[in-house]
Amino acid sequence: MITIPVLRWGEPYKSMDVDKVVHFATGEVLAETGRANSGLVERDMRHAQRARDILREIPIPELIKMVKKAGELYAQAELPLGDGTQTPKEFARMQSATTGLPEHMCEFNMKKNQFVLDNMERILDSLTRGLDLEILSRGYGIEKRGHPPEDVPVSFQAQTPVLGMVLPSNSPGVHTLWLPIIPMQIGLVLKPGPQEPWTPYRMTQAFYEAGIPKQAIAIYPGLGDVGAAVLNSCPRSLIFGGTATVEQYKGNPRVQAHGPGFSKILIGDDQVDHWEKYVDIIADSVLLNSGRGCINCSGIWMSRNGRKLAEAVAEKIGPVEPLPPEDPKAALAAFTVPGMADNISKAIDDDLKENGVHDMTARFGNRLVKKERCDYLRPTVIYCESPEPAIAKKEYMFPFCTVVECPQEQMIERIGPTLVCTLISEDKKLQRAAADATHIDRLNIGPIPTIQLNWLQPHEGNIVDFLFRARAFQFDKNMIKI
Amino acid sequence: MSTTIPASLEAKVKEAREKLDQHVREIVAWHFDPEKGTPFWLEKAKTFDFDPLKDVKGFDDLKKFGLFEDDWLRGGPVRRWLPKALHDKPIYVFETGGTTGIPKSRVVVDDFRIDYEMFSETLPEKYFPKGANWLMLGPSGPRRLRLAVEHLCQTRGGICFCVDLDPRWVVKLIKKGWMEHLKAYQDHVIDQAMTILSAKHDIKCMFTTPKLLDALANRLEREGSSIAKQGITGIFCGGTEMTSQWIRFAIEELLGPDVYIAPTYGNTLMGLAAADMPTAENNYKITYYAPQPRAVVQVVDFDDPDKVVDYGQSGRVMLTTLTKELFIPRFQERDEGEREPPCEKYPWDGVSGVRPFHGFAATTTVGVY
Repeated sequence: MITIPVLRWGEPYKSMDVDKVVHFATGEVLAETGRANSGLVERDMRHAQRARDILREIPIPELIKMVKKAGELYAQAELPLGDGTQTPKEFARMQSATTGLPEHMCEFNMKKNQFVLDNMERILDSLTRGLDLEILSRGYGIEKRGHPPEDVPVSFQAQTPVLGMVLPSNSPGVHTLWLPIIPMQIGLVLKPGPQEPWTPYRMTQAFYEAGIPKQAIAIYPGLGDVGAAVLNSCPRSLIFGGTATVEQYKGNPRVQAHGPGFSKILIGDDQVDHWEKYVDIIADSVLLNSGRGCINCSGIWMSRNGRKLAEAVAEKIGPVEPLPPEDPKAALAAFTVPGMADNISKAIDDDLKENGVHDMTARFGNRLVKKERCDYLRPTVIYCESPEPAIAKKEYMFPFCTVVECPQEQMIERIGPTLVCTLISEDKKLQRAAADATHIDRLNIGPIPTIQLNWLQPHEGNIVDFLFRARAFQFDKNMIKI
Repeated sequence: MSTTIPASLEAKVKEAREKLDQHVREIVAWHFDPEKGTPFWLEKAKTFDFDPLKDVKGFDDLKKFGLFEDDWLRGGPVRRWLPKALHDKPIYVFETGGTTGIPKSRVVVDDFRIDYEMFSETLPEKYFPKGANWLMLGPSGPRRLRLAVEHLCQTRGGICFCVDLDPRWVVKLIKKGWMEHLKAYQDHVIDQAMTILSAKHDIKCMFTTPKLLDALANRLEREGSSIAKQGITGIFCGGTEMTSQWIRFAIEELLGPDVYIAPTYGNTLMGLAAADMPTAENNYKITYYAPQPRAVVQVVDFDDPDKVVDYGQSGRVMLTTLTKELFIPRFQERDEGEREPPCEKYPWDGVSGVRPFHGFAATTTVGVY
């Protein structure tokens, strides 16, 4: 068993309170993580500015090289972990063992993280829309604008020396969001999810080994009070949670809350009679990564043929059964928190009592599969005759979707908040309405799976805009010294 | 774990137990006196299948009363809890909870003074000097703590300076998720403390809660000072859950070697369970001992409250209050902990590792001020 300490700006701190990280299938204790207390987090934030100062001593191009190297180490090297070490294979096994995700999905997430680190220069170029990155470092610079071109000062001011992250347990895919932070010379304050300490610690060690200063990153495992302390103490934070969390932080400029995606596929009237062509991309959008991501599709909206499409999708994903996490064909993640799968299954059963709601996967067997120490939920496809039933807008953390029949002219308005919207239609009016809808975040036009991300584009708000503020900056060339 | 009580202690433990049994007989006789007893209990006795005056011969016989339901304490008439013999005395009413609905009430004549005078005896003079002025950085309003700390200070010859703090508003802010308002309210409370500390009142001792101590220490440090530099030498800490990790953090990083911290455990229904200052040598373990025989703390089986767990084992905390003003037998607290053996200073059971009862933990708002 590995003992993992609190990391106070790179310095290990052995807490007297520990939490056990347990293998979901065997009950084996894989690690003990030290539990921070909220006062400790608040106190350490006295040194937050030091994290940015020390990172600013390293030019951004150098940091980009370091994180690229860190990506290689993260994916390939045996790295220190608490009082032991961890190989990439062990990492995937441990992450699978505590989150319930099959090992091959954990390995895929590792590749995703490495891809982001490997392509950091391109990603930052895209996120900053081609800004000279030195401007982020200095706080200002000169760009050529107008005809004929003339020098115009450009200024981006960091709004925080560090970014706080209150991370989830159940979705290791989200870590890509914080990987570009260090290269932008902003420190990291990480509160790992209780069942997923692995990525924050391994990535931090990879950063350290690649030359990132230790004082740039702090990790505080702990309970809810620690998450609250991170949010309180950091001028900018990201938090992951449910709808209630998103609502709680709505409009708070200090916090970017990431919650359920309610991602959807909309089929326009011009394509709805060719629905068979889209069954594969719909099934992939629902099933891949075990349906856990906010970018997984949870609703398919169309004006007619809904029952037929639902049947076809059910036919494709309904037979998928739980397999052991080490099986390369395993497509379903286990629910490792007792009672969670029961509650979800019961909620679905309750919703099925409404008129016009049909379970298209019922014929493939029981949705809830109970094992000795964990549970599974098998893929579920629900057909709704209209958008009225409550289940039409639900999302769950497994391969679950509703196929909702709704007139095209009402569709955009009625889908509600949607992180990824794939619109399959050539209808110009519908495309314009989707492009203008502010409740849609990422928009795909065409048969693009909702889970297909272009890493060069922003996700749920541009992280650069969250961390830096564009502002006016004028100076006298003879006086300026910074 | 089986713990053997040293022979040298056995006599003291036996003596304490005899004293407790004797005290139980006196208190039950007092509260169940047909003429001058306590209206609530006299009424309740009509439903008993035993006679408290004849059948309660010692502490173990309190099991006959079953478990005390704290909901009985909600609403009036509050005098029903006080023996008729005391009805002509000046009466205080203290409330607990009350964020929503009717709070639980406790009426008091002198108990809070007696409890805190007893607690005063446990404080080391070196760090809590007689005559020193105090800062009460804790809840105000209809709470026992405000008056009790003030009395503690007065009984030690000092003057107590207080702040305004409404814990019910704090609970509402947490439940609404208004975290910015919560922070602003905490700042408002700390502002008051800073004003008092800056006003040359020569404050050497204070009551505070863990979260407010965190906040005050951080504010002082930001302003180039510290708890120790302010001249504070003794801190009486309580009100909310305190872990060994927190007390170690406080001692190592907030207070330094010259400040004493006395952790306490208690609530409006009982007196104050005291603990010696935790040290690195004992892994900062906090072990509380109730002011027996006026109050008794037991650690009982999670599923069987009639069964006290073995020493070192975990269980739910059960409180019994046995004063002339209040009789509360066998009240299951919202906490759990480990049973601790008697010691020289306190020759009766204690409890360590106190934390929210795991059956309630998910729904209880703790650490609110």
